[in-house]
Amino acid sequence: MAAPTSSRDALRSSLGSALIAAVLTALVTVPIFGLHLERAGMRTVIVPQWSTVAWACALVFAVQLLRPWLARAFAGMPRLQRPQLPAATPRQRQGLLLAALLIAVSWPFFAGRNAVDIATLAMIYVMLGLGLNIVVGFAGLLDLGFVGFYAVGAYTYALLFHWAGWSFWEALPLAGAVAACFGFVLGFPVLRLRGDYLAIVTLGFGEIIRLLLINLTSFTGGPDGISGIPKPTVLGLPLTRSPTTEGGTTFHQFFGLEFQSLHMVIALYLMALTLALVTLWISSRLIRMPIGRAWEALREDEIASRSLGLHPMKIKLSAFTLGAMFAGLGGAFFAARQGIVNPESFTFIESALILAIVVLGGMGSQLGVIVAAIVLTVLPELAREFSEYRMLIFGLVMILMMVWRPQGLLPMQRPHLEVGP
Amino acid sequence: MTQALLEVEALSMRFGGLLAVDAVGFALQPREVFAIIGPNGAGKTTVFNCISGFYQPSSGRIALAGASIAGLGSHQVARRGVVRTFQNVRLFKAMTALENLLVAQHRQMRASFLAGLFNTPGYRRAEQQALDNALHWLDYMGLRAYANRPAGNLPYGHQRRLEIARCMITRPQVLMLDEPAAGLNPQEKKDLQRMIDALRREHDVAVLLIEHDMGLVMGVSERILVMEYGKPIATGTPEAIRRDERVIKAYLGEA
Repeated sequence: MAAPTSSRDALRSSLGSALIAAVLTALVTVPIFGLHLERAGMRTVIVPQWSTVAWACALVFAVQLLRPWLARAFAGMPRLQRPQLPAATPRQRQGLLLAALLIAVSWPFFAGRNAVDIATLAMIYVMLGLGLNIVVGFAGLLDLGFVGFYAVGAYTYALLFHWAGWSFWEALPLAGAVAACFGFVLGFPVLRLRGDYLAIVTLGFGEIIRLLLINLTSFTGGPDGISGIPKPTVLGLPLTRSPTTEGGTTFHQFFGLEFQSLHMVIALYLMALTLALVTLWISSRLIRMPIGRAWEALREDEIASRSLGLHPMKIKLSAFTLGAMFAGLGGAFFAARQGIVNPESFTFIESALILAIVVLGGMGSQLGVIVAAIVLTVLPELAREFSEYRMLIFGLVMILMMVWRPQGLLPMQRPHLEVGP
Repeated sequence: MTQALLEVEALSMRFGGLLAVDAVGFALQPREVFAIIGPNGAGKTTVFNCISGFYQPSSGRIALAGASIAGLGSHQVARRGVVRTFQNVRLFKAMTALENLLVAQHRQMRASFLAGLFNTPGYRRAEQQALDNALHWLDYMGLRAYANRPAGNLPYGHQRRLEIARCMITRPQVLMLDEPAAGLNPQEKKDLQRMIDALRREHDVAVLLIEHDMGLVMGVSERILVMEYGKPIATGTPEAIRRDERVIKAYLGEA
């Protein structure tokens, strides 16, 4: 007699939870899907669309009701294998890296203009991701205002051009240096905070930078920003149709080529690739250097680190400053590529995206960050029709990652120093 | 007697209404092994935390070779050559045993940032030296076979030894051990006693010890300070401490 009662109880409890879930769904979906604002001539009216809400509720109800059975049905299935990088010998790894590099350098000459353009954007995000990875992944400092340094870099070039007529290559190192200075100065008071507190203060910093850019109208151009920023030159030659200066030569004239705007696109891509590679090289050197070990030690146990004489402030500050520097370099390149900067490009969502790249890739894992940066920039471009649902998909991916692979796509495998017996 | 290496005078530490350490004083001579004992909660670890800079003492004087170190940050105290282990071992668990010893040499490595970036010969030499140094200490502690293992996976006794090695590699003047024998088996305790003795003879380090294991304390220390409820109740040689009425009362209760 026990079995039927318990199965009836189970049914009753899952019915209850399904009902609650359906009601919750209704509460959430009514304001989002249920009420549509539509313009009817002069007036805006609310048009209820109950069918969407009903469908959502029904779906959630059914899934919740059937969940115990679904769980039982799937229990016997083999668990999904997680992707694992095949172990490669150092030689194989070098070969793979070289091949990847060759492909990365040569493919734009065969690919379409749009693809190369997107790849350039992806490279900027690779660079930003690797930069933030130093702060979040290596040193374990949660920085939600990374976009602030990105903005500082972009505006450094834009303002230097606007007020002093500097070229990209002159401004690039300075953009990195100025962003690094901002990182240093901000880091000083802020880095004694930990975890959540640090996150909140850096979040505030990112917003302050953006608001300053909007409100210093006479200096930064306010919400309109600064436009007409020249693209980088190649060997000092502009990649434009006609010379930018009186009596100057352009790239295509100098090399006797037909003018093609594609040249500019490819050149930009190659520059972005170079910057990303430099970032990759520096950050992979850093993690093998004493400072990289100190970051990890500090992340693991600050008290033990201090008891060994490690200066926690200096070590954290170095990570923060370096990360800011890469953001600044990326920002300057971004300004050059866009030709226009305005505060719109540096909203919090941008910080969130860069952080998502680092978390999605696996904190501290450079390969993971690169893969995640490419995925998160290319996917939205491929799925342009779904652009309305972009944030929804983004959230979904994040939740799935949390459930399925909390340590990131390719979790960090730190290069351990090995010694023979 | 020459000048004491580490002098603690009238050290007090107050947490709100609780006087955790009350007017504790002692002087540690060069190469001496000095133990602090007392029942649980007597304030021994608080004394350690004050000396090593993790707490700022409410009052009192702490001097290393005549220079005050009270009020310095913990990393500054460590830089002056006073390093410590922790009651519950604090290794960098995800890092290998070898890397734990490399991190500890961080402040001795003077390689510049750019030298490291470009992997210059000078930088490689410095790294190699740090590596040799680390391997030397792994050998010394009999941990060479565990060099590439994450420190958190080492057997407990080995973790304790690694933590001591990590202190010693910073070339300290004073080594502070907080209950180094806790969780060790009798053989390991014997080894520990021999090791402490060897460290101070071969490496010219004075040892400040907190320990509950009386066999170890009596065997290795030259002088002992007994604390109870934050107050020092006796200081003396092991023989004197063993016979001291107040100490017996503190440990065994009133008869």
